Amino acid sequence: MMSSTFDQVATIIAETCDIPRDTITPESHAIDDLGIDSLDFLDIAFAIDKAFGIKLPLEKWTQEVNDGKATTEQYFVLKNLSARIDELVAAKGE
Amino acid sequence: MQLEYFQLVDRILAIDPDARKITVEAQVPQHNTIFEGHFPGHPLMPGVLLIETMAQTSGWLLISLLNFERMPFLAAVKEAKMRTFVTPGQTLTVEAAIAHDGSGFAVTDARISTGGKMVCNATLTFRHVPFPNPDLRGHMETVAKRIGYPRQAAT
Repeated sequence: MMSSTFDQVATIIAETCDIPRDTITPESHAIDDLGIDSLDFLDIAFAIDKAFGIKLPLEKWTQEVNDGKATTEQYFVLKNLSARIDELVAAKGE
Repeated sequence: MQLEYFQLVDRILAIDPDARKITVEAQVPQHNTIFEGHFPGHPLMPGVLLIETMAQTSGWLLISLLNFERMPFLAAVKEAKMRTFVTPGQTLTVEAAIAHDGSGFAVTDARISTGGKMVCNATLTFRHVPFPNPDLRGHMETVAKRIGYPRQAAT
């Protein structure tokens, strides 16, 4: 059985940022809870892009947060990030 | 190389926008104050300058692929290996290729060789942003012209 998107993301974060896997939950905020900075997040984005065959729209997300049109929780709480990834994967197949 | 101006790429030999690869040439100067200290009686091109040379080569590739609309800035250096000494007067061939094209960032694989032998290689990450001001863009276009940037390479 394929592991869930969250499991794959959590494994990528654990391996990329040397964070214990069991401390990473669907409710974890990548920045606020896990302390991942923007440079480390590039490595995570790289790994996610490769693993899922997508291109996380980081620039768009950052712009939306800076413009007050979105919150960081929408993109960086891992259950939400996983949902965004699923949407991007689904859109790719359309 | 104009070490005093930190301009390490002398000449663009080829840019392939489809394969997303670049090849440039860089001539290590015969004389420079850097070699007086690094090291006395045993002059060597510093490894950090070789990394910068690979970064600038990657940068020209990225600027080209970004149609001179965005400027790449070095963000991370990984797996950099200095495999053999580089000495004054050597002519270097520097190659870079896109390993990943992300949103606002890119990863390249770069290598330097001389006489057909690889002397160093690295994986480099860049953030790229719109040119912060027209002066910088103008400067990069001037340098591009000087080092033989092929305008038709713009995609």
